[in-house]
Amino acid sequence: MADRLYVSTRKGLLVYARDGKGWTHHTTHFLGSPVSIVLPSADNKTIFCALNLGHFGAKLHRSTDGGATWTELEPPKMPKVETSVAAGETEKPPTVNQLWSLAWAGPDRPDALWAGTTPALFYSKDLGATWELNEPLWNMPERSKWFGGGTVDAALHAICVDPRNSDRVAIAVSCGGVTLTEDGGKTWRIAGKGLRAEYMPPDQQFDPIVQDPHMMVQSPSHPHMWWVQHHNGIFHCTNDLESWDEITTAPISHFGFPVAVHPKDGNTAWFVPAKKDEHRYPVDGNMVVNRTKDGGKTFETLRRGLPQGNCFDLIYRHGLAVDETGNHLAMGSTTGGLWASANGGDDWALISAHLAPIYAVRFA
Amino acid sequence: MAKVHFTSHLRHVAPSEPVEAAGSTVADVLSDVFARHPAVRGYVLDDQDRIRLHVAVFVDGTHVRRNILSAPVTPTSEVYVLQALSGG
Repeated sequence: MADRLYVSTRKGLLVYARDGKGWTHHTTHFLGSPVSIVLPSADNKTIFCALNLGHFGAKLHRSTDGGATWTELEPPKMPKVETSVAAGETEKPPTVNQLWSLAWAGPDRPDALWAGTTPALFYSKDLGATWELNEPLWNMPERSKWFGGGTVDAALHAICVDPRNSDRVAIAVSCGGVTLTEDGGKTWRIAGKGLRAEYMPPDQQFDPIVQDPHMMVQSPSHPHMWWVQHHNGIFHCTNDLESWDEITTAPISHFGFPVAVHPKDGNTAWFVPAKKDEHRYPVDGNMVVNRTKDGGKTFETLRRGLPQGNCFDLIYRHGLAVDETGNHLAMGSTTGGLWASANGGDDWALISAHLAPIYAVRFA
Repeated sequence: MAKVHFTSHLRHVAPSEPVEAAGSTVADVLSDVFARHPAVRGYVLDDQDRIRLHVAVFVDGTHVRRNILSAPVTPTSEVYVLQALSGG
């Protein structure tokens, strides 16, 4: 059972430890610095912590002693591009602006990890010491159609390494849809059939490249099953990324950022609805979690222990997590609220109401 | 030689005292500093070796806003590398 909860905030990394009753603050790292994402190992010894320093760029630190000491690593970088104004080039040479996602590359390659950034995907085979741009994805013709959603450049924020085969990796991009490799990143194909973007002109709404999947997860126990919380809806896939079905039964709102899937049941997933896109706060000021247990046919709206009335907490895409039992959930908000549940979301307990804005929560 | 000062925000990677650096442009003097203090490079330059958007460079009291790296520097210049307020 996970005994640490990692909370990435705008003002540092806060680590909480499980005690008899719930979660208590354990340590703080990088106090004052924006932490965009954290990746711990299962034993909590190796921890990667990505910072997004407003002036000085995206940075990456690693600890191999559970956070007692940290080493700054050279972060993923885009290759140098020679440009020629005379040649009429208009595309701005790319630079990594943010590390959005970090994922272990699979149990059969324990020193390897993937990094999703704005704007590209990188791979490290040496625990982050060196990084290589995934050029096949970057050079895919469809990639030129990616565009920013909430950021100027497209953001690669979800990386799903298939538990059946580490060479099979799916990524989600805002806005660039879902893309899949089955050979460890040598070749890629579009895997977003059925996703719908209502913000596009009518004849382009089903173009798989222009989709804005806010978050994507793969069921660990039923890996042919996937969930996406999209900019304008919830989508479920039950056929191993062949196609997506739009789920229209969720109450309150179809808009939101995060999705978490039950570790032992691909039909059970949690969502946090919000008033749609131009406003982005809990509908009617009431914070709720939507849970389905039947693949999206029906939902329950869970609100016990969550603020009801005058609430402006928004949960970002990495701000909702479930542990490996499926019982414990954690949720952190843009206004610094942190909650945990020990019974699958039926009841929530406030851990803190006044942290810095929370970008990500993660159990380990 | 020109004297290069770094913001205190970079104290953990940059020299805390002003350092002397050789060169006739901002790019030259920064390269000279980076050769001795490699960790500071990625904090000042982006992946394409441009001055980061929210880093401000002053040469002899003037905030250099365009063509920063090619701006001239003299042997008596004072160069300041600071955080631009646009970065938050």
